[in-house]
Amino acid sequence: MWARWWMACRVGAIALLLLAPMVGAVLSGYQIETHWQRPLWLALAVTVGTFFCSWLLQHIGWFDRFGGRAASSTPAVTIGQSGPRPLWILLAMALAIALPFVVGKYGMSVAILALIYILLGLGLNIVVGLAGLLDLGFVAFYAVGAYTYALGYHYWQLSFWLALPLGALLAGLFGMVLGFPVLRLHGDYLAIVTLGFGEIIRLVLNNWVAVTGGPNGVSVVFPTLFGLEFNRRAKQGGTPIHEFFGISYSSDHRAIFLYFLLLAVVGLLIIMVIRLKRMPIGRAWEALRENEVACRSLGIHHVTVKLSAFGLGAMVGGIGGVFFAALQGFVNPSSFTFFESAYILAIVVLGGMGSTTGVIAAAMVLTVLPELLRDFSDYRVLSVGIAMVLMMVWRPRGLRQRRRPFFALPTAAEENRAAALVPGVDGR
Amino acid sequence: MTPLLTVRGLTIRFGGVTALNQVDFAVQPGSITALIGPNGAGKTTVFNCVTGFYRADGGTIRLHAGQQDEEGLNLLTLLGEPVRWRDCWQPQRLAERLYYQMFGGPHLVNRAGVARTFQNIRLFNELTVMENLLVAQHTQVDAALLSGLLRSRRFLAKEEAALQRATEWLRFFALHGEANRLAGELPYGHQRRLEMARALCTNPRLLCLDEPAAGLNPNETRLLSQLILTLRDQFQVTILLIEHDMGMVMEISDHLVVLDHGEVIARGTPEEIQQNPRVLAAYLGTGAG
Ligand SMILES: Nc1ncnc2c1ncn2[C@@H]1O[C@H](COP(=O)(O)OP(=O)(O)OP(=O)(O)O)[C@@H](O)[C@H]1O
Ligand SMILES: [Mg+2]
Repeated sequence: MWARWWMACRVGAIALLLLAPMVGAVLSGYQIETHWQRPLWLALAVTVGTFFCSWLLQHIGWFDRFGGRAASSTPAVTIGQSGPRPLWILLAMALAIALPFVVGKYGMSVAILALIYILLGLGLNIVVGLAGLLDLGFVAFYAVGAYTYALGYHYWQLSFWLALPLGALLAGLFGMVLGFPVLRLHGDYLAIVTLGFGEIIRLVLNNWVAVTGGPNGVSVVFPTLFGLEFNRRAKQGGTPIHEFFGISYSSDHRAIFLYFLLLAVVGLLIIMVIRLKRMPIGRAWEALRENEVACRSLGIHHVTVKLSAFGLGAMVGGIGGVFFAALQGFVNPSSFTFFESAYILAIVVLGGMGSTTGVIAAAMVLTVLPELLRDFSDYRVLSVGIAMVLMMVWRPRGLRQRRRPFFALPTAAEENRAAALVPGVDGR
Repeated sequence: MTPLLTVRGLTIRFGGVTALNQVDFAVQPGSITALIGPNGAGKTTVFNCVTGFYRADGGTIRLHAGQQDEEGLNLLTLLGEPVRWRDCWQPQRLAERLYYQMFGGPHLVNRAGVARTFQNIRLFNELTVMENLLVAQHTQVDAALLSGLLRSRRFLAKEEAALQRATEWLRFFALHGEANRLAGELPYGHQRRLEMARALCTNPRLLCLDEPAAGLNPNETRLLSQLILTLRDQFQVTILLIEHDMGMVMEISDHLVVLDHGEVIARGTPEEIQQNPRVLAAYLGTGAG
């Protein structure tokens, strides 16, 4: 009982410290009035409220769940050969292909955004979920990709199809550049440095007006498909696609084109990520997350492993950026704020760090739900925050459990041979 | 016979504390050498120096594995010795030191043929038992990104071989029934064995075991002694062992090195050590010695 009061008092004291300057000093006209009673009353309310909430939670039994989950050390991970059933995959593919013909123009833009976030989520998942390196500046690589296309087009007429690999490479390079100084950092320190890196990139883009156009941004041309344009009239020196196929012009073509291209890229990436997890490099990432010292004692060079995670994750972010630029037709630094990094991180955490399906599901939920709930858009950030807190309480491992690959051992005939080699081992 | 490992004048200080002072010992190939001593004597520190996790302040650690010259391989160079001004006159040496400063570390010691286990078990808890063993074979499989993504034939063959090797070690340690369980949820004794199996997957010449019997029951300890002997006799792995279980140490080791307060106070066969008054004094804590 006293322990609980003590905890509540501490929370109240913190609230007082925070609230005093916020509610205690009120600007009225040109004067600052002090209202000392207000923060005191609020802090008192916080203290009593904390006490009662904690009491209530314990007596309803919710608190146990909280403590119980956190304390139990046995990891809830399933081991199995197959991911989702093939039937589900087929169904998802069919839905994805049918989508453009069902939803309207607005629905398409949401779907494209969702795909971009899936891409970003899967990229960050390599760094945070697999390699366990908390990266709060992922948006930097997204920005590098977007600006590669935008500035490349602006200065050298770089085409979308060249910008795609170039943006990926450049972002990967930036990932490694970031990776080098932070090799020795872990956890919080790493998070702070990556956060700073993300801000540096944004500030450079914002302030280097002569090259990047600063806050005014750069406009981007829409990609062409084998020289066919998606304009009503030829502007980029090719043939408009509707004239080529002899159909009437529709602005939907752009969205459909971008959607299917992204779908293909995301599909490829999913296959890549699934394979990576069963490859030496993917295993090394996860091993590094679990225990760096043990990794080094086994002949694994942690530097190359970390850099490869940063580099590959950043490459995926860069690809996402190129697509983002193509979708928007315009980029400026305000699209690449810390909020964006936090949002992508929320996708990874909600999805269950390391789980591919989980990340995909979380990306869809976090892009589609805010659109459905447009009327409550003021509460978007709040609801993400609440969702994160609830997840930490009830499903600390994310929407989906992580799954580990299953290995079938070689046959029993060899087992006998091996057993004959080592007498007395089986006598357990 | 040239020893497999020679440690000469090994000294390391932490702040003002001299944790190891002029430690000399040698490990003969094909032997089981035990490092014993009271708590805090510096045994684990010796391991950390030999396997490259600590940078010694003085002395040499030479490994005579493979086809090196008479001198053997100085493991300390692998960790990246500090670059000095006078190295500027010797470009090759400067380049070597710079290279190891950048890319050196304990992983190179492991690749030279020294594997270890830890006093406090360090497994990859959220990976399965099999994955733990596959991670250990990182340098033996095809780690190239493209061949893995495209599932090249070479990649698949190497993965298959790695799986085979891992399975053999699992059988050896009677863990094959648990290949697809998470390492973190194994019972304690099994975790200890898994850590040994994982170290062996790196194909070491010298295996350093830090208190492998700690926390095991007498049955498990007996099994462990037998496994260690088999490792030496049938797999030609030389073993350097830290252990507090004197029964086990005296039974299996060929040679003992006794440390106390960072200094070697005795060396010899189990019989010699058992009669050594300094060792008895160190263990019983009397002022003699
Ligand atoms: N990283 C370090 N920093 C400071 N002091 C250290 C460090 N590592 C070891 N020491 C000191 O070195 C001494 C020897 O420690 P070590 O762990 O090698 O003992 P040990 O012989 O392995 O003991 P035990 O039987 O308890 O495992 C101790 O006094 C310890 O405090
Ligand atoms: Mg120790």
